Amino acid sequence: MSVGPLVDPDVAQRVLERALAHGGDFAELFCEERRGFSLSIDESRIERPQSGSERGAGVRVIDGEVTRLAHVDGLAEDDLLRAADGLASALGGGATEPVALRASTPPELQEIEVDPASVPAERKAEVLRELDERARSAGSEVAQASASYSEGRRRVEVFNSEGLRAGDDRTRVRLGVQVVARKDGTVETGFETLGEHRGFELLDGDPARIADQAAHKAITLLGADPAPAGELTVVVGKGFGGVLFHEMTGHGLEADAVQKGASVYANRMGEKVAEPLLNAYDDGTMPHEWGTGAIDDEGTPSHKTAVIVEGRLTSYLYDRLRARRDGAESTGNGRRATFRDLPIPRMTNTYIEPGDADPEEIIGEVDRGFYAVSFGGGQVEPATGDFVFGVSEGYLIEDGKVTKPCRGATLIGNCLQALARIDAVGSDFEMKTGFCGKSGQTAPVGTGQGHVRIRGMTVGGTAV
Amino acid sequence: MSELEDLAQRAADAATSGGASDAEAWAEGGRSREVRVHAGEVESLTEASGRGLGIRAWIGARTGYAYGTDLSEAGLTKLAEAAVGAARVADEDESSAAPQPSGEAGEIPGLHDEGVASTGTADVIDLAKRIERVALDRDSRVTGVEEVVYVDEDSNAAIATSRGVSGAFAASVAYSFLQAMATEDSEVQTGLGFGVARSPRDLDADEIGAEAGDEASSMLGATKPESRTCPVVLSDRVAASFAGFIGGALCADEVQRGRSPFADRLGDEVASTAIRVADDGTDPGGLASAPFDGEGTPRSRTPLVGDGKLLAYLHDSYTARRGGADSTGNAARASYRSPPSVSPSNLMIEPGELSLQELLERAGDGVYITEVAGLHSGVNPVTGRYSVGATGKAIRGGELAEPLREFTIAGELLATLAAVQAVGSEVRWVPFGGSVHSAPFLVAEMAIGGS
Repeated sequence: MSVGPLVDPDVAQRVLERALAHGGDFAELFCEERRGFSLSIDESRIERPQSGSERGAGVRVIDGEVTRLAHVDGLAEDDLLRAADGLASALGGGATEPVALRASTPPELQEIEVDPASVPAERKAEVLRELDERARSAGSEVAQASASYSEGRRRVEVFNSEGLRAGDDRTRVRLGVQVVARKDGTVETGFETLGEHRGFELLDGDPARIADQAAHKAITLLGADPAPAGELTVVVGKGFGGVLFHEMTGHGLEADAVQKGASVYANRMGEKVAEPLLNAYDDGTMPHEWGTGAIDDEGTPSHKTAVIVEGRLTSYLYDRLRARRDGAESTGNGRRATFRDLPIPRMTNTYIEPGDADPEEIIGEVDRGFYAVSFGGGQVEPATGDFVFGVSEGYLIEDGKVTKPCRGATLIGNCLQALARIDAVGSDFEMKTGFCGKSGQTAPVGTGQGHVRIRGMTVGGTAV
Repeated sequence: MSELEDLAQRAADAATSGGASDAEAWAEGGRSREVRVHAGEVESLTEASGRGLGIRAWIGARTGYAYGTDLSEAGLTKLAEAAVGAARVADEDESSAAPQPSGEAGEIPGLHDEGVASTGTADVIDLAKRIERVALDRDSRVTGVEEVVYVDEDSNAAIATSRGVSGAFAASVAYSFLQAMATEDSEVQTGLGFGVARSPRDLDADEIGAEAGDEASSMLGATKPESRTCPVVLSDRVAASFAGFIGGALCADEVQRGRSPFADRLGDEVASTAIRVADDGTDPGGLASAPFDGEGTPRSRTPLVGDGKLLAYLHDSYTARRGGADSTGNAARASYRSPPSVSPSNLMIEPGELSLQELLERAGDGVYITEVAGLHSGVNPVTGRYSVGATGKAIRGGELAEPLREFTIAGELLATLAAVQAVGSEVRWVPFGGSVHSAPFLVAEMAIGGS
């Protein structure tokens, strides 16, 4: 990977001048270099080694309420200028003069001890073999195991007509493992991941523990009954359980949805939306978390934003464009999947702050309920607040105890209702990694929480 | 030879000179345009051009992949090195070898339409604005449209391999979709509309806008149904998602690895005789159609389910070799950024005799499902079990009745296939679950999870 700037600041200045040659309120040059490597193991065979590298840039001009973007592969000055000229040609006014670029204090980057690209691929293959072995030795029921390793490094530089000049260098490493267990004609799967904004040192220690966890899930589910259907008290597990909050609240706080009225949280700033025991944040500064960065993809420094304080809604999540419309400041949530995409308000690491409830008591107080330990994923319709989640590991709660595993459960409900019904937040806490999709763009995000209890939620299952 | 073909050939040559025993290069280039419209105004406009290339290299029975966008001589050499380097890490796999496709790739009429290049940006902006206006004018309760997205693309692809395979084709696509919002009192409902074609001229703004507006307003007043098991009619959109689920489970890769409910079931009774599904990568209307697949094998038509039986799996050259079969031309590439893998092309649900109205009459009392959510999390492709969120309408006495939301449908793929009673006659291309030529169908019973 090259060191030093991706683009000479003088070139950037020229691109901004040319982009505003016929007017416009704002111009920006976003440059990116991305490299990645991935590898998987399946049927105990190392396969699909894959490497990729690309460089490119997006030039953006905002004129009133209209945003124009042109993106090119490569960072050659001629191509950047041509993109800028193309944008300028759509406007007919006199030139807007960009502010001279200022050298800014470089933001503090996440410390990367071992650049994964410097580690021989054979070592990565060894980690996968270890995962494979651990999964297969977890029980005679394990019929299949597969695992994948991926690393990515993304260097970005942002220059804009307000004189901003900022950069970031993000390295992420992730392992995933899937186990298929089989017994008496029943098949179940278990999945687990490990990922951080960190170098290869992430895999020090015992990364293969996630293979044990995935195998344990799959084997446990072999004894599962069909999930119940109907309204139940639901206890959501720590860590990846936080995806529930991400979906049912986080998306509705993204300012683009709010401004279009396509969010149930629109016009509710300052209102009570949950019990006073609930505090929640979006925080792009958490050390080494999956959604962490020094800046967002518009050059705004990452931020810790309190979105719910003691049950009251306190902030939306903004990028520059939406912040300007609301007369607010960007909260550092302007993210883009690649230089080919426009920045949009996105979560970084979103979590419910640990509360004071003992996780065992949270379950112990439930007569009959459902314990959703982890989710396969979920989806929400921000305009209506309706959501649905697939439960990948779930159990019945009977008389305050976790009893039978259940298969095929989904949780469905409405954001405002479910959020208002959270009546306990555990003191335990864990962050997990996820990939969030929005407007065709995928972003790495962190989700987290302790155990959380929701009174009354629809569990969809096959046992009617 | 086109410029892209030449580029691909040079990349494949660079890999063989760099130590690969065989190599395949896939190059893509194109232009795209995206317009987003909200409240009668353009919100954003994106114009882009791009070019990239991926190399799959073999060293004996080991294979690796690398992609990049630096297409200079030096860039190609580096890319070739990366692909060969990647191949060294892989374990040997006796089924892995450079494909040697047989058969001639046919021409697909209409794959590339001049309309994308010849329609000015001002015209496609007007089209997007009209779609929004139509949605808003359908019903006074339609209060807004989140945004109308219009996208078109002109693309070229080329392949060249060390085994003498080479080819190129051009394709165009234009599509638009929107989400309309209807409001009554404090209730909000949404409705989706979309259209897909080869040229913006073939997109019907009135139809796309009306679909979204009508759906949003007709959902107002929706309630949660009671949990029960009842007859269900899947709309063409939902049927397409379901077909995508079937198609995915019929990919030989997952089948051979024992991760599909269809594994070891070839020739078995797996469905009701009412439903027939095929894969067809040559239908001119299908977005996935092309003269050849991602490794140069001619696209073809493969009947998958018919007369109640499982007729075939979908193969690329790797799974064909491994399974002692022929490739069905189903090596798909999401882009040059990923190596080919088995995937359905266009899935075709063969239309039946009954109109939608007649399907509802046959159902009697049940639920008409118009939308499913959470497909990526609620469907387990290994076990075939699914449980997904749904919205729809009640069916009472063979007629559509009140709107329903916030419920789930759950079941098991093979059991659902066996319970299909009739397929509708009205067909439509739906870009969900892949590219599907879809028709609604009636399932004898399905579990509804509500209150």
